[in-house]
Amino acid sequence: MNEHLLDIRNLKTWYRTYQGYAQVVDGVNLTIDAGKKIGIVGESGCGKTTTMKSVLRVLDERKAYLPEGEILFKNQNILKMRETELQQIRRKNISMISQEPSAALNPVFTVGQQIFDVISYSKQDDTAKNKKELTDIAIKAIRDVFIPDPERILECYPHQLSGGMKQRICIAMALVTPRELLIADEPGTALDVTIQDQIHRLLRALVDEKQTALIMITHSLGVVRELVDQIYVMYAGNIVEVATTNELFKNPLHPYTRGLMDCVPRLSGGGISAGIYGYVPDYVHPTPGCRFSPRCPYVKEICRVQKPLMLEVSEGHTVACFRYTDSFTEQHRQEESIGERA
Amino acid sequence: MNELNQQTTVDSKILSVKNLKVYFPVEGSKKSAHKYVKAVDGVDFFINEGEILGLVGESGSGKSTIAYTIMGMNKPKEGSILFKGEDILKNNNKRSISFKKDVQIVFQDPGSSLNPFQDIRQILKLPLKVHKIVPKDQLDEAVAKALDRVELPRNFSYKTSTSIGGGEKQLVSIARALCSEPKFIILDEPTSSLDVSIQAKIINMLLKLHDEQKLTYLFITHDLSLMRNISTRVAIMYLGKICEVAPTKIFYTSPMHPYTQMLLSSIPVISKEEEELKPKKVVSVGEIPSPVDIPTGCSFHTRCNRKIDICSQKDPFMREIEPGHFVRCHLA
Repeated sequence: MNEHLLDIRNLKTWYRTYQGYAQVVDGVNLTIDAGKKIGIVGESGCGKTTTMKSVLRVLDERKAYLPEGEILFKNQNILKMRETELQQIRRKNISMISQEPSAALNPVFTVGQQIFDVISYSKQDDTAKNKKELTDIAIKAIRDVFIPDPERILECYPHQLSGGMKQRICIAMALVTPRELLIADEPGTALDVTIQDQIHRLLRALVDEKQTALIMITHSLGVVRELVDQIYVMYAGNIVEVATTNELFKNPLHPYTRGLMDCVPRLSGGGISAGIYGYVPDYVHPTPGCRFSPRCPYVKEICRVQKPLMLEVSEGHTVACFRYTDSFTEQHRQEESIGERA
Repeated sequence: MNELNQQTTVDSKILSVKNLKVYFPVEGSKKSAHKYVKAVDGVDFFINEGEILGLVGESGSGKSTIAYTIMGMNKPKEGSILFKGEDILKNNNKRSISFKKDVQIVFQDPGSSLNPFQDIRQILKLPLKVHKIVPKDQLDEAVAKALDRVELPRNFSYKTSTSIGGGEKQLVSIARALCSEPKFIILDEPTSSLDVSIQAKIINMLLKLHDEQKLTYLFITHDLSLMRNISTRVAIMYLGKICEVAPTKIFYTSPMHPYTQMLLSSIPVISKEEEELKPKKVVSVGEIPSPVDIPTGCSFHTRCNRKIDICSQKDPFMREIEPGHFVRCHLA
């Protein structure tokens, strides 16, 4: 019996292009339990957002094609749901915060109107029916995100608010009715670092208070380190490493994770590493082997022809790399260590 | 605020900016009651030859406006800019051809600063032709050399900017800036639209070129962790004014201005040792106010956690609290 809140199994999401299918998400496995906080880290174009859009089924169905996989939300497969059932999920269970708050809000309606719409769309049993009650709920939601003078904000149009305020409104809208899962897609990326810090602290406090599960999508290792309990590292449509936050930063195993960590400029100084050799692969004609193999410093023959499976190296720490399989002999590792020293 | 320029260094100043003010009129307001966006409001700084000066600040603090004003894209209201001792603002804000050769700029978004209808060869040829760097018959060879300099393959010269990736576009922009053999390059957030692995490559390239070609950089960014690793001095801006200037190491180990402390405490970091560098007990609050209605007194007092009475009444002066470390705060 499966007790996960969300369980993504071998999800593949492809996009139709003129050259053929772009195999963007290529067999993603991910689970999250109720009330937990996880983060997905990866560079732009690695399929983080596509994965989450598949969960909500908000991809353009004419362009996206999902050949394989299951997305189980409370043991129901989202991919097999009819539109009405899907609406129920979107009404009551899952909400999402997008990266660009100014694009997420409709410029021709007031903030108040948009929050009212969210409340009435959610159709919770205790949903208020008249405008007075709606206003009360909306004002409380705006207070929760620490915006002063909520009555005035309700009458404002999005363009009258700053970027940080708009993102707060988006968070308020996502959490105005109780949800079990919140997907935050780079909520602080478009904002200044001081505002980003405020938004992240707010998000963490609200998620803890309301017992909502959180999936945080970001390209910044620093952000997930401060916000979540478990980290999924994604590269080119594959999950390459999963570990708890402490474990990942103490003992990163996958060559990509290590490369990524080296690239982050440190506040303590010490220069900048050389970066990761090469570029993100072509999704239309991906290599049959490990998708990181063209850029990997430790690449071996097997990496180019065969896809590595997720391997549990220690409790709760899994990695998809042949370096950690038994068949990858001791001799190889010795060669490497000699190479590293030289 | 002349003390900023009286620093005791043997290095010669390549660029010095004095009391620079750039105001933009707000459209729609009556002429009698003109309101201005005070994008840059009295900025003094200088750059020594061979230095990398980091200019840091949140969006809307006026960093890019300074860069564009040096390049001659904006006309300042007041102040002077000296390049190699020569006032470049005289002659009605026109820049001489030798200035255009010596000073180049790399923009933030390479997608919009490269012409999509030209191939890389045409893009790189223009500065070579304008500044007569090589004779006409050697142009193709010079383009190839320009690509070599940033380690791009030579066959790139027949691609268009739309067919290459973001990191490669930025390398082409850098190659273009280097074509005129400049002495001084303004880098306006050159890596903020790129991923960290690409950013690392571009930054290493820039540092290599800095050493090889003996360049001077004005590096504009909002990323303080990046700045720590590349600059020799850092200046921090808030609402059109510089709050603090210090040599990089001092800036990060003993920041004095409350705004610097707030910024440093907001950065998400990935290791324990970095965590220890962050100022404790400083929590970021509030947002940057509108540059049309700048708060009275110290413009930061609306967000400051150590505010006293004088802060909302009197604008502090820049003071040197140790050699090379300038702070504009009543409490410093």
